[in-house]
Amino acid sequence: MHELSLAGNILQLIDDAAARQPFGRVHTLRLQAGALAGVEVQALRFALEAVAPGTRLEGATIEIDEPPGQAWCRSCARTVVIGSRIDACPSCGSHQLQPTGGTELKLVDLVVAD
Amino acid sequence: MCVVCGCGDAAAPPGVVVRSDLGGVGDDLHFGAGPAGVSVPGLSQTRTLKLEADVLGANQRIADANRQHFDGHGVRAFNLVSSPGSGKTTLLCATLVALQQRAPGLALAVIEGDQQTSRDADRIRATGTPAIQVNTGKGCHLDAQMVAAAFARLPLHDHHHDHHRDHHHDHGHRPSQPHAPSLLFIENVGNLVCPALWDLGERAKVAILSVTEGEDKPLKYPDLFAAAQLIVLNKIDLLPHLDFDVAQCVDCARRVNPEVELLLLSARTGVGMDAWLDWLLAQTA
Repeated sequence: MHELSLAGNILQLIDDAAARQPFGRVHTLRLQAGALAGVEVQALRFALEAVAPGTRLEGATIEIDEPPGQAWCRSCARTVVIGSRIDACPSCGSHQLQPTGGTELKLVDLVVAD
Repeated sequence: MCVVCGCGDAAAPPGVVVRSDLGGVGDDLHFGAGPAGVSVPGLSQTRTLKLEADVLGANQRIADANRQHFDGHGVRAFNLVSSPGSGKTTLLCATLVALQQRAPGLALAVIEGDQQTSRDADRIRATGTPAIQVNTGKGCHLDAQMVAAAFARLPLHDHHHDHHRDHHHDHGHRPSQPHAPSLLFIENVGNLVCPALWDLGERAKVAILSVTEGEDKPLKYPDLFAAAQLIVLNKIDLLPHLDFDVAQCVDCARRVNPEVELLLLSARTGVGMDAWLDWLLAQTA
């Protein structure tokens, strides 16, 4: 499953950050997984817990924000909030939607200790 | 002595960590004295590193480099995505044979992705087209790094560098003569979920759906179908034996991707193949 791949990427980002500003371990990891990011948050959490032992991430608290999806509705010519890519516009019911937000998986910040 | 926590004695009660970072003068306590301005009980001093890093950033950088590299070489790359068994390899083999007849001067190559075996690459090579098999092992999708490595091994790459055997890639890919266009098909691992997130540097994703799969596939796997520029509906020769509703399938596809193009064909019988070849050849213009 790809959440394991993503967890691996996150570990790499942590190592990269430690190479620039050395620290011993991560106390809190803050991620942002938008509703349209294509990531199953529970699976990602599970994957992170699976790869953490023996790394700087071991014992860390994992916080995952889940910002809602946003899309530009061509029918009503405005930005609306959607929960998934198959949703219709909550205003007018159209499917002419272009996702504009909540599409990213981001490592926001790390609270670290030496 | 306090019977709750034992305070009042000179020594700290068992289990209580005496913090040395509280600062302050005399008996005052300043819990927010550290650099982050916060106090986290039970922890030695911590600091916050703001990263705002895209988790897929590393793959995206390689994908962007691939895209530039392909453009520099006139390579039109297509990422073929579908579930296993939709007929990707059969369609590819039929396509390659047809292109060899219709556009004999057009250079073609394939990068094949599977967990194991080189069976698909073997079938491609049997058509006379160069192919590199990438086995992902436990992996469920191709990534940009794999595609970069595979492309480096293809004659498609070599023949654009015939002036230098040991070339370097810092010549900027701004050739004085434009390269002749070529087609690179990347057959991704059969998987309707993960390939949606991993950009390979392709010009477009082509999703292959077969009529034995159910009209509502695009709704059930929206990320992938939303990312495709073209959906090829394959195995239409089987329609008389099925209850598949083509109009409903098109409707489902347009709900998740209003601008997607659709082609109906049968790789086995050849019906609809001309329109698919037209689409591909238009990409080389």
